[in-house]
Amino acid sequence: MNTSRAAWLFITPALIILGLFFLLPVVAALVLSVTDYDLYALADIRNLRFVALQNYWALLQRPLFWSALGHTVYFVVVGVPLSLLASLGAAMLLNSPLARFKPFFRTALFAPVVTTVVAVAVIWRYLFNTKYGLINYTLDAIGMPTVDWLGDPHWAMPTIILFAVWKNFGYNMIIFMAGLQAIPADLYEAARIDGASAWAQFRHITLPMLKPTMLMVSILTVSGYFQLFAEPYVMTEGGPLQSTTSVLYLMYEEGFKWWNLGSASAVAFILFVIMFAVTAAMLRLSKRGEPA
Amino acid sequence: MSPRMAKAVINGLLIAAAAVAIAPLLYMVSVSFMTPGEASALPPPVLPTHWTLANYRQLFLNAGMGRYLFNSLLVSTSITVVSLAFNLMAGYAFAKLEFKGRARLFQLLLGALVIPAQVAMLPLFLLLKYMGLVNTYGAVIVPALATIFGIFLVRQYASGIPDDLMEAARIDGAGEFRIFATIVMPLLKPIMVTLAIFTFLAAWNDFMWPLIALTGQEHYTLPIALASLSREHVQDSELMMAGSVVTILPVLVLFLALQRYYLEGLLLGSVKG
Repeated sequence: MNTSRAAWLFITPALIILGLFFLLPVVAALVLSVTDYDLYALADIRNLRFVALQNYWALLQRPLFWSALGHTVYFVVVGVPLSLLASLGAAMLLNSPLARFKPFFRTALFAPVVTTVVAVAVIWRYLFNTKYGLINYTLDAIGMPTVDWLGDPHWAMPTIILFAVWKNFGYNMIIFMAGLQAIPADLYEAARIDGASAWAQFRHITLPMLKPTMLMVSILTVSGYFQLFAEPYVMTEGGPLQSTTSVLYLMYEEGFKWWNLGSASAVAFILFVIMFAVTAAMLRLSKRGEPA
Repeated sequence: MSPRMAKAVINGLLIAAAAVAIAPLLYMVSVSFMTPGEASALPPPVLPTHWTLANYRQLFLNAGMGRYLFNSLLVSTSITVVSLAFNLMAGYAFAKLEFKGRARLFQLLLGALVIPAQVAMLPLFLLLKYMGLVNTYGAVIVPALATIFGIFLVRQYASGIPDDLMEAARIDGAGEFRIFATIVMPLLKPIMVTLAIFTFLAAWNDFMWPLIALTGQEHYTLPIALASLSREHVQDSELMMAGSVVTILPVLVLFLALQRYYLEGLLLGSVKG
């Protein structure tokens, strides 16, 4: 048997799965998004009609779509920088030559990443409980005002952001640690001899040397955070007053609660286009900052 | 700042950060052993006054947790075993076997990495519905039997295998499948372990797709069961914490046992772009 034929035999199972259950559905989603696929079409495919861009047009006129998009952007714009700060801070602490028990701390800080989001969301919902949650109790005990964390429309999204930062920072922390370890030690040595302060070393050595890592981590985190769904599903059911309804939450409700699959596909595509545009813009901006 | 002081600050901050990271998990374990209603008292108790297994008993005897645990194990294990085989074969072929269109096909796959899985979910649901797979284990298992990320990871790793090894075997008259099974697979063992943990954890923790694909309780995986239980039992904190323990513990133990491979894989998959 020649290697070319063997190669095809080796890749065919994976290609069938990916083609049939991923690439084909993606293309179908585009088709679906220009039809009025709903409960009637689900019952009998003959009820299906082509509606061109009507789904998209209708979405752009729905306040709920804009507020879902707003909440998602809020989650990304506030959550991503906080996540990256926490990750970088933890990585620098762990990377410090003065840190002790490094394997233990690394494991402890990473633990939330491998936990199941639904299960830890259940825990945090209990911790954030207004009446008997530990967080409000502690705030009260030290004389701080208590907060209706998940019940107040202004606080629900910040609370979910805090939860997401706790859950996810360990992931990027590991990548930042690898990036930090790749910075040559003699750069810091030379800076110390020149009398550079710790802050100056951070600004002029650490940050520039971490730039490629930072870009990759930012892009991964941004696209991950655009896919907000399980957290509001478990913690707030999209509320209060739909203040935590994200784009994917809207897609889920539109598609699998109301069975408007055409309109839900349009939601999915708009999210995809936005994610793609934001990622591309980040790549371009980072290239422009580089010396030619 | 004196070196001693700096050391104290850094280690102090690390202790604080580690406490924030794992305290909720420890608290979950503690509350799961409290008697019903105890966790809704003020001040919130840190440890149970009377340790009890009542919550676990109720979960497994009345709430069907054993069934969900079985479902999760079945689904995650099947996905891990089969997708490991498919991804290994494909990754190796893309790395080491010459065929027409290899570069272009691989580029197409890499390009598809930017598409979020949720875009495919609505048509995928319809497709599986017409195939009669909705609300079966197959609905969760089959679409996960190959991943672009897995193929990519294996390809990265397999590129390091010297061609001479395979050439020598070919000259000796060994077939491609024999070469793969007896020469390549042993060399790929480290990436197999890594990919297996990754896949198992991802399958175990997956939420959105099983939520869509499983419409009846009998096939629920743990995250779906827990989400649905927690909507019914909002006030039963002790019971919900026990449910969280059952959901989290298996993956946490797996990670603790094999974290070296997991963390290495995380870097392999992300840094080498």
